[in-house]
Amino acid sequence: MAQAALALLGVTSVAFLLVSLSGDPAFILLTPEAGEAQRAAFREMYGLDQPLAVQYARYVAHVARGDFGRSFAFERPALTVVLERVPATLELAGAAVALGIVFGVPAGMVAARLEGMWLDRAVMAVVLVGQSVPTFWLGLLMIRVFAVDLHWLPVSGRGSWGQLVMPAVALALWLAALLARITRSEMLESLAQDYVRTARAKGLSERGVTIRHAFGNALLPIVTLIGLQIGTLLGGAVITETVFAWPGLGTLVFDAILRKDYPVVLAVVELVAAGFIAINMALDLLYGYLDPRLRRAGA
Amino acid sequence: MSAWRAVGPGGLVLAALVLVAAIAPVLAPHDVASFDLFHRLAPPAWDAGGSWAHPFGTDPLGRDVLSRVIYGARTSLAIAGAAMLVAAALGIVLGLLSGYAGSWTDTLIMRVADIQLSFPYLLLAIAVMALLRPSLTNLVVVLVLRSWVVYARLIRVVTLSAREREFVTAARAVGGGAARILFRHIAPNVVGPSIVVSSFQLAELIIVESSLSFLGLGVQPPTPSWGSMVSEGRAYVSNAWWLSAFPGLAIVLTVLGANLTGDALRRALDPRLRGVR
Repeated sequence: MAQAALALLGVTSVAFLLVSLSGDPAFILLTPEAGEAQRAAFREMYGLDQPLAVQYARYVAHVARGDFGRSFAFERPALTVVLERVPATLELAGAAVALGIVFGVPAGMVAARLEGMWLDRAVMAVVLVGQSVPTFWLGLLMIRVFAVDLHWLPVSGRGSWGQLVMPAVALALWLAALLARITRSEMLESLAQDYVRTARAKGLSERGVTIRHAFGNALLPIVTLIGLQIGTLLGGAVITETVFAWPGLGTLVFDAILRKDYPVVLAVVELVAAGFIAINMALDLLYGYLDPRLRRAGA
Repeated sequence: MSAWRAVGPGGLVLAALVLVAAIAPVLAPHDVASFDLFHRLAPPAWDAGGSWAHPFGTDPLGRDVLSRVIYGARTSLAIAGAAMLVAAALGIVLGLLSGYAGSWTDTLIMRVADIQLSFPYLLLAIAVMALLRPSLTNLVVVLVLRSWVVYARLIRVVTLSAREREFVTAARAVGGGAARILFRHIAPNVVGPSIVVSSFQLAELIIVESSLSFLGLGVQPPTPSWGSMVSEGRAYVSNAWWLSAFPGLAIVLTVLGANLTGDALRRALDPRLRGVR
């Protein structure tokens, strides 16, 4: 818990430093015609006239109470603006993770079982391509084929199930490829272990050996990988959301960075970092459930 | 011959791309910057209305797409290659230090790496590029920021295990100093893993660079880059597919080549590295 708080403070400090180094919003947000008096008033209103250390202390104190200040662009509390966009990103990321698991893990299991055979090679070829196609290009390609040419799906936006399909698939592809690769190599490793030989010697069916013994032991690294990819997933969401005009955190933070809407940028970063830390803490608990040996280690 | 087998077909692809980048002025049929408003948005040669004067067609300003894709190889490979080399140098030194020195040096370096990893990288890259103003140097710096961690963590582990091996104990027993042990006895062990990781990093850095350029925060126009070309073609996705298609294919080909090279090198250099990515 203390470590989580420390990590959050670290992220807060880095983000605050980056943001305050990036220039005076009074020059960026107000029109060039605004006089010095108006700029001064603006700085005073947002506390930007104080020394950086004071701004920082004040900021940390406010953040600790869940107050990120008001968005310059939306003129509403930054946290409200950000929280409104959370469901869209969760929907997209959730769909992508689900697709990635549903396609990636079984593909990796099958490839490991049939190591060296044509199906394994086919899966690994798809994996290689999946890891080599940039998300933004895949997105455009899908828009051209499925929206422009075939009229199967809407080009962009959010609201209907059809609109979720393309961004979710675009975001899921690299995750599915990554999961297939890791599942395969972990499965190959555990299939070579003594307990698998023992299980076979006991007369257990190949299916039972694969699922219960080999996959059961490969699960831990796979879960760890999914946890580690959450950050990348959110980064990928910025691209995917931009391509498909998906109204989530990605498009919000991208616009906010370009507009120097600091409160919104900082609120997103904080929220994302907190989410990342929470997910990894949850995974630590899950490890104990997945691997009883870790329970006694007293984690 | 065995060197070619070690890098496999991916190595050939990569070598061909480097060659294309090197002799771009010879290969490119047109000047990358010359506008030709009479031949705007010409389709590729094999499409109705296309001509072999512009094999991949032209963009909204009448610039030759093939020439821009060829010059884009220069931009992408130079940026990703430079970032990879700097990150490798930095990451390997820090990884060796972290693994060999241990105690607070190790803790400090690994904490920094952890914080870095818990930050959504692309968000950080976008913020830094928006803050620093996009330039080639800044782009390389941002890419290095991503990449050094991968080297440092892997090299640390390799160093930790090499440190406990008999030849290191023996070197220490005969009175070898820390620097001598580190560079003579431990450093050779990290060469193989570093080369393997470098191929995969090159692939990843090309994707990150083109993503940033796609968002308008990487390579700036009029310098041709694959990411910004795809982005320019976005508005024309329904009537001029070639604007995004060819630079995108170039990215896929390059990344595929680098990934394949990494796979081949891993098999050739160190079968134990199967899970490393």
